[in-house]
Amino acid sequence: MSAEAVTADLGHAADEHGHDEHATTTGLSHTKLAMWVFLGSECLLFGGLISTYLLYKSRGNGRTLPTDVFDIPFTSVSSFVLLMSSLTMVLALSAVSRGEDEAGRTWLLATALLGGVFIGGQVYEFTSFVREGVAFTTNPASSAFFTLTGFHGVHVSLGIVMLMSLFVASVKGKLTQRNAETVEIVGLYWHFVDIVWIFIFTVIYLIPAD
Amino acid sequence: MSDTATSEHSEPEADEAVEHHDDEGHAHPSDWAYVKIAVVLAAITALEVFTYFESVVDWGVALVPSLIFMMVVKFYLVATWFMHLRFDSKLFGRMFTAGLILAVGVYLVTLTVFEFWV
Repeated sequence: MSAEAVTADLGHAADEHGHDEHATTTGLSHTKLAMWVFLGSECLLFGGLISTYLLYKSRGNGRTLPTDVFDIPFTSVSSFVLLMSSLTMVLALSAVSRGEDEAGRTWLLATALLGGVFIGGQVYEFTSFVREGVAFTTNPASSAFFTLTGFHGVHVSLGIVMLMSLFVASVKGKLTQRNAETVEIVGLYWHFVDIVWIFIFTVIYLIPAD
Repeated sequence: MSDTATSEHSEPEADEAVEHHDDEGHAHPSDWAYVKIAVVLAAITALEVFTYFESVVDWGVALVPSLIFMMVVKFYLVATWFMHLRFDSKLFGRMFTAGLILAVGVYLVTLTVFEFWV
């Protein structure tokens, strides 16, 4: 997503304080409503992927299962990093809403960096799993595990691209208090990705297999 | 603005934490309130990880219900505070909840099919 795209006109006009009237049938921002509908549909995507893993988690075909090679302390640190990125994201929105562009940029960059750390951790985890004999096609359990966590990783990566687009737009002076809603919408996506990981971390990693 | 677009700000602790309003006039918490929520989330995560080390405390049959309870609390805190569902229009929450209920339904139906019919 380009910087121009994320800072595109959202279909409403704002006054100098950023308080706009949404001329819509609901009186709400339809862009935000669309994001919530999208996130609702994403629940279905991840619901299906999590269901698949839970059904196949014990099907190892006599080979190593993902649960045998989990490194819970390492994944806990990754989870904590992603959780804290939700804080920096909401602080970015807060700063941009107040017209503090520099602080907004700092928090946006911090969020993207924390997301990058999480992705780095996932790459390390996947690599170590493959070294220990659990690859994508090893058994149904590993296929379901890599598909679920891989899809989540792709979502985080897309979120980082959006955050960096906002950062670049802010540097160019195209992201101000007037279009703080753009930051809020990207923030909703980012928090959703965090919420999905909260679920995955507990259900997939922490709850014992049997 | 329609009824569906009207949010409720009835909880006192939320009002105390209010610092600024968004473009629809909805109150949002202060940065300090966000930090406090993050501290609570971090503490719950630490407790979740603590359950992994069975040599320290044996949670027994309480382990799974405790983990699910902590997960739900974290989910609720992020959705209501960081995603502003507590302060925004209820319509947004309904859209999200509809997807969530459908997702849980998909899981339950799939589980039932595989456990009892296949």
